[in-house]
Amino acid sequence: MSRVRTAALVGNPNAGKSALFNALTGARQKIANYPGVTVERKAGRITLPSGEPAELIDLPGSYSFDTTSPDEEVTRQVVHGEFAGEARPEVLILVLDAANLEQHLVFAQEVIALGQPVVVALNMVDLAERDGLILDALALEESLGVPVVPTVAVRRRGLDELLTAIGDAKNRNEAESEDTQSRFHLSLPERRLAARNIARGAILSESSERRLHAGLDRILLNPWLGPIILFGFLFVMFQAVFAWATPFADAIDAAITALSAGVTAVVPAGLPRDFITQGVLAGVGSVIVFLPQIVILFAFILMMEATGYMARAAFLMDRMMAGVGLSGRSFIPLLSSFACAIPGIMATRSISDPKDRLTTILIAPLMTCSARLPVYAVIIAAFIPAITVGPGIGLQGLVLFGLYVAGIVGAMVVALVLRRSATAGASSGFIMEMPRYQMPRLRDIGIGLWQRAWVFLRRAGTIIFTATVVLWLLLSFPQAEPGESQVDASIAGTIADGLNVVLEPIGFNREISLALIPAMAAREVAVASLATTYAIDADNEEEEAEGLTKTLSGRWSLPTALAFLAWFVFAPQCLSTIAVARRETNGWKWPLFMLAYLFALAYVFAGITYWSAVALGL
Amino acid sequence: MTLENLEAGTAAVISSVDWSVLAPEEGKRLRALGIDEGAEVSVAHRGVFGGRDPLAVTIGRMTIALRRAHAAAMQVEPA
Repeated sequence: MSRVRTAALVGNPNAGKSALFNALTGARQKIANYPGVTVERKAGRITLPSGEPAELIDLPGSYSFDTTSPDEEVTRQVVHGEFAGEARPEVLILVLDAANLEQHLVFAQEVIALGQPVVVALNMVDLAERDGLILDALALEESLGVPVVPTVAVRRRGLDELLTAIGDAKNRNEAESEDTQSRFHLSLPERRLAARNIARGAILSESSERRLHAGLDRILLNPWLGPIILFGFLFVMFQAVFAWATPFADAIDAAITALSAGVTAVVPAGLPRDFITQGVLAGVGSVIVFLPQIVILFAFILMMEATGYMARAAFLMDRMMAGVGLSGRSFIPLLSSFACAIPGIMATRSISDPKDRLTTILIAPLMTCSARLPVYAVIIAAFIPAITVGPGIGLQGLVLFGLYVAGIVGAMVVALVLRRSATAGASSGFIMEMPRYQMPRLRDIGIGLWQRAWVFLRRAGTIIFTATVVLWLLLSFPQAEPGESQVDASIAGTIADGLNVVLEPIGFNREISLALIPAMAAREVAVASLATTYAIDADNEEEEAEGLTKTLSGRWSLPTALAFLAWFVFAPQCLSTIAVARRETNGWKWPLFMLAYLFALAYVFAGITYWSAVALGL
Repeated sequence: MTLENLEAGTAAVISSVDWSVLAPEEGKRLRALGIDEGAEVSVAHRGVFGGRDPLAVTIGRMTIALRRAHAAAMQVEPA
């Protein structure tokens, strides 16, 4: 008996690998990056029937070992044992979509030909049956020469049998497996022919009915109805982000306020108390409030991906994206960027054309990410009256919508310009598999949401926490003489005075200059630092309790507020985005280019906004 | 006739492909998906306004999106 310590999931994209990975490992997953490349490494633990644990990794989906993307290259290197720092997996779990057998068997033969112990998970047999396809797993086992286990990952069917097969994989007859591997050393056309024959041999009965799939596509890809449904869906999504999140955000806000009041009651007045209430709670608290919105936005995106609708959205958007020199593939990263540019930029890995991918990375920060929401929400609440300008259309919502549109239009114009200058090249194509429709499983959505929420909270707990604390220190020292403003006396005040020389022409005041420095760490810190600045600067306890919205509307002019909004449409105030762009483009050239062009746009547009507003007498 | 002009819902076999129209990576990707000489395909859908680009092509039980420019490089014969 030899023990299995490592196993890896391999298979075509859309074979249901991730669902199987979730079903096998549960929520105990470790997500990291493969060193040196920007491909996500997902690992988890499984317990074999012997009671012993093994590590399971989920390799990126591949169509072939003749690779066309960095993702596929990682899979190829890992299964060949050529990836430095990653042990060659002892057992390969080959995931095949039962309903797409003929296509998936082409890559399957390449995997079996490696000669490693292989276990086939014949996945999604229920969907195949729904499509009128009954398969004979034993016949498939016979022709492939490796164990075949029918599974339905999302219903947890076949998992025990699969684990048993994994546990036994290394004890199979060596001679048999050598015979097996030599059988599949074929050319691509030969493999394709073999795949067809093997698939036909495994099909017990087949009716060509695919009513659900074809019927849904007829509606959702209809040239007229399709775009209307897509935009309707996106509209509902953005509405939901605001409407549904409010009660949760209010609850978090109330909890933080209560906590702050509790601290004030217990801790005696002085620097330690100010540090907790003005620094930590005012700063970090104002950011955590946006967790509900981020979770809702990601819930929609994960649903679109899990149901198969995301690929249809990409199909519908391709023509429009082609107009600015991109393809439908860029739609998915850009949509994710509405939640956060970091996962958005990482999602560009699925774009195989390098120029296309670079352009998408460069414009991703223009999509209105959730970190801008705190900034927009506070300024809009303070300066835009809550009046209606039409049936059911509020002015505040309209301004917010306008800011989103400004980001999108800006991104499209920038893409158009870049594709003719910095990233010029032959226009790329659009080749994409459109997966079948599926009912998403709540558990998989839940795991995805948890992972994203955790990333956000970790950011709030580290980067944002540090930035607010540093700002608080800079603001609180040296201590002001009686009668002197604390902000004026502080170190931060002196720095802001310098920056203000540059920013004053576009209507910014010193508090804004002050807020923009720590907001380089993350945009939402701008709100936190404005809150901290005005909390320290408050003349009395009463004003301190008034809240940021009231303070701002009393202290800023409308043109200044509008210029501040325009600034945040463009300004690349997010160190994490810059860091991710550096990693994804392998160098400093493009992230620096990104910083420069976005700051230039921010400065110009904030200036135009300010001076237009002043000229209009606002 | 090319795949670009194939009437929706009609099955056809790809008789030849002018691979020079496609970037090497794109050709590789298409072949990996099974789109190659001898493959039986049909057009399931055409995209929205402005040229009805891209196409959704059915091969086996898979649906693949590709641009008209690429479909124009593929000669098809009735199945």
